[in-house]
Amino acid sequence: MPAALSARGLSKRYGKTTALDGVDLEVAPGELVGLLGPNGAGKSTLVKIACGLVRPTAGEAQVGGAAAGSREARASTGYLAELFRFPAWASAEEVLALHQRLARSDGGAAEREALLARVGLDGEGGRRMATMSKGMQQRLGIAQALIGAPRLVLLDEPTSALDPGGRRTVRDLLVGLREQGVGVLLNSHLLSEIELVCDRVVIIDGGRVVTQGRPQDLTAPGGVEVETSGGVRRLPDARREDVPRIVRELVADGAEVYGVRVVTGTLEDAYLAAVVGRDG
Amino acid sequence: MSDAITIAGYALREAVRRRVLLVVALLTAVFLGLFALAAFEAFDSLETNGGGIVSIDERALAGGTLLGLAMFVALFLGVVLAVFLTLDAVRGDAERGLLQPLVVRPVGRTTLLIGRLLAASFVCASYVVVVFLLAVLITRAAGDFTPSSLVVPAAGLALGVVTVVAVSLLGTTVLSTTANGIAVFMVFATGLAAGLLGQIGEGLEVDALTTASSIVSWIVPFEALYQNGLHALTSDIGGATGVIVQLGPFGGASNVGAAIWPWAVAWSAIVLALAALTFHRRDL
Repeated sequence: MPAALSARGLSKRYGKTTALDGVDLEVAPGELVGLLGPNGAGKSTLVKIACGLVRPTAGEAQVGGAAAGSREARASTGYLAELFRFPAWASAEEVLALHQRLARSDGGAAEREALLARVGLDGEGGRRMATMSKGMQQRLGIAQALIGAPRLVLLDEPTSALDPGGRRTVRDLLVGLREQGVGVLLNSHLLSEIELVCDRVVIIDGGRVVTQGRPQDLTAPGGVEVETSGGVRRLPDARREDVPRIVRELVADGAEVYGVRVVTGTLEDAYLAAVVGRDG
Repeated sequence: MSDAITIAGYALREAVRRRVLLVVALLTAVFLGLFALAAFEAFDSLETNGGGIVSIDERALAGGTLLGLAMFVALFLGVVLAVFLTLDAVRGDAERGLLQPLVVRPVGRTTLLIGRLLAASFVCASYVVVVFLLAVLITRAAGDFTPSSLVVPAAGLALGVVTVVAVSLLGTTVLSTTANGIAVFMVFATGLAAGLLGQIGEGLEVDALTTASSIVSWIVPFEALYQNGLHALTSDIGGATGVIVQLGPFGGASNVGAAIWPWAVAWSAIVLALAALTFHRRDL
C-alpha cells in the first residue's frame, strides 16, 4: 500500500526566500505525524504543497501514490487551512453539502449529521457562519476536512481556537482516524497536543527537517525519583530498567519505599534543543 | 460540467444571500421610475409644443434618444454588477481564506472560474436584457415608439457584459480586490471614451479618430457590441432624424458587422483561458 503522503527532496522558493529546502517526509496509512517548527519554518508551505495549493520549486510529493495536487490526490485528501473562512451567509449544513458535492461524496444528510456530531456540533446544522464563534467554525472546518472519507488528512493548526473540551474532542477524533487507517499530518504549535496523540514527530526549521522520531524517543531520560521514609531521592543517571534493582537495594537497606517515578524530558525540551540549539 | 454548475449555484446563492440582487433591483426600480417620468414628459411635450423643425421626426428622435439612454444605463449598471460579482473571486477570496477549502477539492481551477463566469454572466446578461426590455415597454407606452430592432441591442448588451465578466475574472487572478475593480472600470471607461472620440471624429470627419475608435472598440468588444446595438435600435429611421439619432449623445452608433458576435465570444474565451492559466500558476 502506498504511503498516505510521501515527500522527496521537496523545495520551495519565493523569490530569494527559501521556504523549504529538500524536505523528505512520509506519513503511512493510519499514522499520526506531528509537524513542529518555529514560525516561518516552512510547515504551512509543506502542507499546502501536499494539498496542491502551492507548487514545489523542486522535488515531488505524492498522496496515496498520486502526484500531490492532481485530481486523484485531491479526491483522497482532507484539508483544514490555518487561515480559512466559510461564507458568512451559509449555514453549517450548506457548507458541508457544498463540499460533499465537490468531493463527490454520496454520504448525504447522514454523513453531514455524523460529522457534525463527531466535532461536537450536534444540532447546529442550521446555524449560519455569521453567528458561530471562531471555535465552532474551526470544528466545522475539521468536519469539512473529513467529508468523503479521505485517506490523508492535513490539519494546519486545527485546535488554535478551541477550548480544552474542543481539544479533547479533536484528540479523540484523531485517534479514531488512526484506527480507520487514515494518515494524518498535524501541524501545530501545541506541543502537548502532539505529544499526546502523534505516533511520530517531525521538527523542521529553516525549511529543513532537523529531527524526527517517536515522541518517547525524542524526549531525553531525566533519571529516577524514589519517595522513601527518608524523603525523596533523585538518581539522575538511573533509567527505567534500573528501577527494580534500586527498589530491591533500598528495601534491603531497611528503607520504606512509597513511590517511584521515572523522569523523562518533555517534547518541549526536545523541540527547544532541536530548534533553539540550531539557532544558537 | 456539473462541478461548474455547483460553483455557479454557490455564487448565485452568495449574490442572493448577500442581498446584492435586492439592492440592484431596488436601484433599478428607481432608475426605471425616473426613466418613465422622463419618457412620458418628453412625449407629452412633443404633443403640446407641436412640430418644430419640419424635416425632423421628433417622436423618433425622442424615442431613439431615450432608448439610447436606456441602453447606456443598462450597460453601465450591468458592468457595475459584473464587477462587483467577480472582482474578488480569486485573489480577494484567497486572501480571506474562502477560496482554499474549495480549491483543494477535486474541482479544477478552470472549472471554478467557469462556474464563476456562468453565474455572473447569467445574472448580468439577464439583468441588462430585462432593464432594456422594460425601457422599451415604457417608451412604447409613453410615446408609441418601437425601436427598429430588439434582438440585436439586447443580445449586444448581454454579450457585452459577459466580456466584462471575463475581464474581471482575469483581473482577479492577479490583482487585489480594489485594484481589480479600478482596472475593470478603467477598461470600461476606455471603451466608452473611444466610442465618443469616434463620434467626434465622424462629426468632424477626422479619419484618424474614427479609425482609432474602431480599433479600440474591437479590442474591448463590449464597446463594439454597444455601438452595434445603438445602430440597430434606430436603423430604419431615415433622413435628418436618422443622422442625428445615429450620432446620439451616448456614443456613436455604428454597424460593425456580423463578425463582432463570434469575435466577442472568442475574445471572452481567450480572456478566460488567460485567467485559467494565471490561476493555475498561482500559489495559494
